[in-house]
Amino acid sequence: MTALVVAEHDNAALNPATLNAIAAAQAIGGDVDVLVAGSGSQPVADAAAQVAGVRKVLHADAAHYGHALAENLAPLVVSLAEPYEHILAAATTTGKNVMPRVAALLDCAQISDIIGVESSDTFIRPIYAGNVIATVKSADAKKVITVRTTAFDPVAASGGSGAVEAAASADDAGLSEFVGEELTKSDRPELTAADIIVSGGRGVGSSENFAVIEALADKLGAAVGASRAAVDAGYVPNDYQVGQTGKVVAPNLYVAVGISGAIQHLAGMKDSKVIVAINKDEEAPIFGVADYGLVGDLFKEVPAMVEALDK
Amino acid sequence: MKILVAVKRAIDYNVKARPKADGSAVDLANVKMSMNPFDEIAVEEAIRIQEAGNASETIAVSIGPKQCQETLRTAMAMGVDRGILVETDEEIQPLAAAKVLKAVIEKEQPELVLLGKQAIDDDSNQTGQMLAALLGWPQGTFACGVALADGGLEVRREIDGGIQTVKLKLPAVVTSDLRLNEPRYVKLPNIMKAKKKPLDTLTVDELGVDVTPRLTLLKAAEPPARQGGIKVPDVATLVDKLRNEAKVI
Repeated sequence: MTALVVAEHDNAALNPATLNAIAAAQAIGGDVDVLVAGSGSQPVADAAAQVAGVRKVLHADAAHYGHALAENLAPLVVSLAEPYEHILAAATTTGKNVMPRVAALLDCAQISDIIGVESSDTFIRPIYAGNVIATVKSADAKKVITVRTTAFDPVAASGGSGAVEAAASADDAGLSEFVGEELTKSDRPELTAADIIVSGGRGVGSSENFAVIEALADKLGAAVGASRAAVDAGYVPNDYQVGQTGKVVAPNLYVAVGISGAIQHLAGMKDSKVIVAINKDEEAPIFGVADYGLVGDLFKEVPAMVEALDK
Repeated sequence: MKILVAVKRAIDYNVKARPKADGSAVDLANVKMSMNPFDEIAVEEAIRIQEAGNASETIAVSIGPKQCQETLRTAMAMGVDRGILVETDEEIQPLAAAKVLKAVIEKEQPELVLLGKQAIDDDSNQTGQMLAALLGWPQGTFACGVALADGGLEVRREIDGGIQTVKLKLPAVVTSDLRLNEPRYVKLPNIMKAKKKPLDTLTVDELGVDVTPRLTLLKAAEPPARQGGIKVPDVATLVDKLRNEAKVI
């Protein structure tokens, strides 16, 4: 039994989410190989070979793999799929984009967003915004899987000694092309990798007011997140969104400020170790999941918290 | 350009789902059902493209039991020209849905297919990508912007780091994210008008598609409940608790 993990990267570095996907592959059992498909991506292939427990790295390097376009990446994965029983990727926007295309080309179901492994064909995944935890058994010969990264502790990025093998590239499908990217630049930790997250909701009221949230985040060395309401209102960019359809996070500390706690938001953060809620509405559902709730005006309480952290 | 939009009848956005007491399935008895919210956004986008003069016809397709007619009537009340129900009482998983849609697309020959990026019941986020794969078409998933450009389609996509723009050849599949548009409210006269719009019914057998489920649900369980927390009176207590009790800062 061997698994193939499709690595996520920017051609320079391996995205740490890949380490969680490799952990899920190891939980299934058997050998684990990693596919690095990119353009000028040798450093990524080398890094993947260092990951603890990786048997070998398949490396396909061609201009048309530079941006992980699903139309090009999926046929490549399919061309390499034959020896593998399990094909996995992290449930990031890249994994979610590419893997169902792989599954359909293999005439397999995909098991999305797994949070647990019961056996080589049975997996656990949240459905209905995490309000139901489903155990599902696959009848397919190959299992195509995306992995909820917060549910699997990452394997070590070093200590391995996998071989790097060149993989034959498939042709450019010629269906799609990359035009550009507007990436949010921030010195703060990445949302899905942060130990502490401070999130703001509709209660923050404006883009300018988000400075209050950012001040607390910077004091705690935290990432900044947001509810859907805050993103829809344009206070912060889309990639800040935590929730059922945004990012799923599970930091040690999640501070929800001015967030009422719709089920869609709770789906994205309720596995955090400790949850703090600051909200002026004492009936807000967020208090139902919070370990520590503080009822009050965020514009008073949050700056006060920044000050108290200095003491 | 003909546009086809797929709509799923799903649990209403405001309803909290629960497993059945015996853990065999999700309890959907007497639960309010609505159009999957992401599909509503897809319908709105189809109508906007038509209103801008860039689509000759818009067609909504739903797969499922008879009640999906209501979902299709909602799409038609929003402005879609006609509906197709592929009626079945079988459980339709994403791969099967993609195969059924492919069969309908081969009959209807649209140049653009719009779907929601994910249904809020099974949270799979697969059908659009699978459909694009089966058709051999490009895919613009998690779209927050769609524009026709030199015979192709430019799609802005919500990705983990921000926004990505890709250019797709037509025909193409696009799946909508939350911020693609804000769906319109349906007005009463349009609900009346929608009742007169054509709604065809097909069956899975007529389309010759094997929809056998590949995944079996062994158990549906409640998620582990969080221990109830406490309210703290002030910021000083909060910081003290975080430092000395929870030890997270």
